[in-house]
Amino acid sequence: MQIELWINEKKVRAAIEPDTLLIDFLREQGCSSVKRGCETSNCGLCTVFMDEKPVLSCSVLAARADGHHIVTLEGLKEEAEGFGAYIADQGAEQCGFCNPGFMMNAIAMFRENPDPTDDEIREYLSGNLCRCSGYEGQMRGIKAYLAFCRQKGGQA
Amino acid sequence: MIEIQNYVRAESLAQAYELNQKKSSAIIGGMLWLKMEKKRVATAIDLSGLGLDMIEETPEEYRIGAMVTLRQIETHTGLNALTDGAARESVRHIVGVQFRNLATVGGSIFGRYGFSDVLTFFMAADARVELYHGGIVSLEEFAGMPHDRDILVRILVPKTKGHMVYLSQRNTQTDFPVLTCCAAKRGEAVCCVIGARPMPAVCVRDGDGILAGGIREESAVAFGRYVRERVTTGTNLRGSGEYRSILVEVLTKRALLGILEREGEAERAD
Ligand SMILES: Cc1cc2nc3c(=O)[nH]c(=O)nc-3n(C[C@H](O)[C@H](O)[C@H](O)COP(=O)(O)OP(=O)(O)OC[C@H]3O[C@@H](n4cnc5c(N)ncnc54)[C@H](O)[C@@H]3O)c2cc1C
Ligand code: FES
Ligand code: FES
Repeated sequence: MQIELWINEKKVRAAIEPDTLLIDFLREQGCSSVKRGCETSNCGLCTVFMDEKPVLSCSVLAARADGHHIVTLEGLKEEAEGFGAYIADQGAEQCGFCNPGFMMNAIAMFRENPDPTDDEIREYLSGNLCRCSGYEGQMRGIKAYLAFCRQKGGQA
Repeated sequence: MIEIQNYVRAESLAQAYELNQKKSSAIIGGMLWLKMEKKRVATAIDLSGLGLDMIEETPEEYRIGAMVTLRQIETHTGLNALTDGAARESVRHIVGVQFRNLATVGGSIFGRYGFSDVLTFFMAADARVELYHGGIVSLEEFAGMPHDRDILVRILVPKTKGHMVYLSQRNTQTDFPVLTCCAAKRGEAVCCVIGARPMPAVCVRDGDGILAGGIREESAVAFGRYVRERVTTGTNLRGSGEYRSILVEVLTKRALLGILEREGEAERAD
């Protein structure tokens, strides 16, 4: 079957199978930041935006994305680099495998709630698993980034 | 992983219902549960084009479409004001935001899962389900009905004023609950719904009038015992039946005391 959708604001037409998952389709389309970390919709690594909302691309049919706007980390270069530097600064990550899903969902949080409390940060990011760290470095990185955004006067 | 041979975005409920009469068909909600089942689906029926992704409000009730996501339930101002935030509390521990942006109310209720936070909350909210073929039935009744090939269209939540408290016990954040408990008081009527027993949620009412003189520390303790005696619990990986029974008593008491506190707050605010 044929679908037509927007990937990082580029219109794409493609043929898919009825059970192609969005994650596999996006990888075929060259979005290699989108990765799979589990089989149970639990880890958050495959997070992409569908019509601006963060969703698990491993659990959505590509067929359902027909007519919708998808954004991956490839489409958020500037935001990702700015924020990513703060995470790297804390040496938060070890293997880094969890990074793309974490970046996507953190950016979703900044957009939805530019001034979150620590508990709000924990709650928003609780669906992003990291198996190397204890999340403390990520927390410090997020808070340092938010402080920088506040100082800049703008919002995250 | 499921295999799908044919995908149809339904154009009407009538079409969806007709297609769903075949045993090899399946309605696709958020697909999170379905995806983990090993099965072959000849026709996957997607309800996402039918405008069922909205929470509508009438003077009497909230009408929640089957394709409304758990995240919409979590963030809906009116529904949370009506339920003292129990709506949000019942779903916020479910996996993560990205998951709740996909998981649907329809899939969560139709499945009548033995671990369900969602079923527990809506039953305590005195919800009814609107089925395409079966019409409108109370959720309490629906929870015990055999699984057939009908389509859940909406959940209807009456706007009866009252107080609600939702509690769940989890071994670890974002895991399935070991037990869920949601108490509600509307007028003088109190009910307590216990879920994740691990069996579908059940509702216990104050048949003996334990709370007739109002909720107090002693009556809350007594009602906790009363609910424990009436709710069957079972054992699975997350906890034993015995442990769950203790939780039934404790969480019921705490939920009632939570309601007492809210009554006090509401009085002071008046
Ligand atoms: C890893 C994981 C953890 C979870 N943790 C929790 C938890 O802690 N607490 C909790 O309460 N829940 C939990 N759930 C369940 C989850 O919240 C949803 O209830 C579940 O995924 C079903 O919703 P869905 O939209 O994904 O439905 P689907 O998977 O799409 O559908 C489920 C079933 O319902 C049928 N169906 C779907 N919509 C309709 C409809 N409108 N009419 C008729 N039939 C329909 C489908 O054909 C299928 O048989 C968890 C699920 C997973 C996968
Ligand atoms: S791959 Fe783990 S949640 Fe999608
Ligand atoms: S750094 Fe290895 S999983 Fe997060």
